Amino acid sequence: MLEPWVVITILGMAGVTAATRVVGYWAISKVQVSGRLAGALDAVPGAILTAIVTPAAFSAGPPEAIAALLTILLAWRFPTLIAAFGGVGCVVVLRYALN
Amino acid sequence: MTSSKEDSFLRGMIEMLPLSIGAAPFGLMVGAMAAGAGLGHLDILMMSGLVYAGASQFTALGMWEFPVPVMAIIGVTLMVNLRLVLMGAALAPHIGHLPIYCRWPFVLVFADETWAVALRRSSERPLTVPYVFGLVIPFYVNWLFWSVLGVAFGHLVKEPEVYGFDFVFIAVFISLVMGFCKTRRDVPPLLVSACVAFLAHKYLPGVWYIFLGGMAGVISGALLYQGKEKADA
Repeated sequence: MLEPWVVITILGMAGVTAATRVVGYWAISKVQVSGRLAGALDAVPGAILTAIVTPAAFSAGPPEAIAALLTILLAWRFPTLIAAFGGVGCVVVLRYALN
Repeated sequence: MTSSKEDSFLRGMIEMLPLSIGAAPFGLMVGAMAAGAGLGHLDILMMSGLVYAGASQFTALGMWEFPVPVMAIIGVTLMVNLRLVLMGAALAPHIGHLPIYCRWPFVLVFADETWAVALRRSSERPLTVPYVFGLVIPFYVNWLFWSVLGVAFGHLVKEPEVYGFDFVFIAVFISLVMGFCKTRRDVPPLLVSACVAFLAHKYLPGVWYIFLGGMAGVISGALLYQGKEKADA
């Protein structure tokens, strides 16, 4: 345990990951944010979350795709917790029913 | 409206609760993968504590063997975590007012989940120190706890699919995305991101789809930007 190459690898992973976290933050905190840069930054949260979720929701199969659509509809009108609960409940039922 | 309850540690913690529960089986699986790769409690404690990025930990542990392919694992970690560059950039304007002892720890350990919930909150009211700590600290400890526990007990977890645990983050992220859609103008970048991510996932190896989909959405956001004045008119 804590073999040198294991520790070196983990420290390397930690180093590059910390760099990714810091670099974007540091660059933006040094400049005045306006115009197209503001438009780009405003789009980041939705764009990243959408990119993470889309294949997971729509490449997995019918239960996930249907539950994802239901979650979108629920999230339109209801708070996060209700939408999430509805989506997860739906996927559990559909996986049981369709598999 | 200034109620201290809204800005409290507890409030932050409660908003992360579904995501903390959803992360638990993944933590156990990371621990089990570590054990399978020949790593021990201290190794995974160190990895979860210092790297603290679940997707890259899964990818790294999937490639783990002895002798350790050091450079390959570090390179893949960088690739999986490239999205954090964009995420850190987006976070900057929202946390500049926080004191340094809160801002820098948040920058060093933000995760998809804490980052998304913080930005969602910041679109409605300014972030406060207790609220941010409430988001970050329990979620961080939660990940360490379950991933270390997974070394001994991870093999006992059935596939998280059985109880829909894997869908918790998908459902929560979908509702957060809906929350970021305030006007019709916010929709096109999301559609671009979704299409690019879907295609990249289908045709490219690994997890390039996250960074490419995110970049495509961000570029669309920049191109479509017309200024707040015009947007509100």
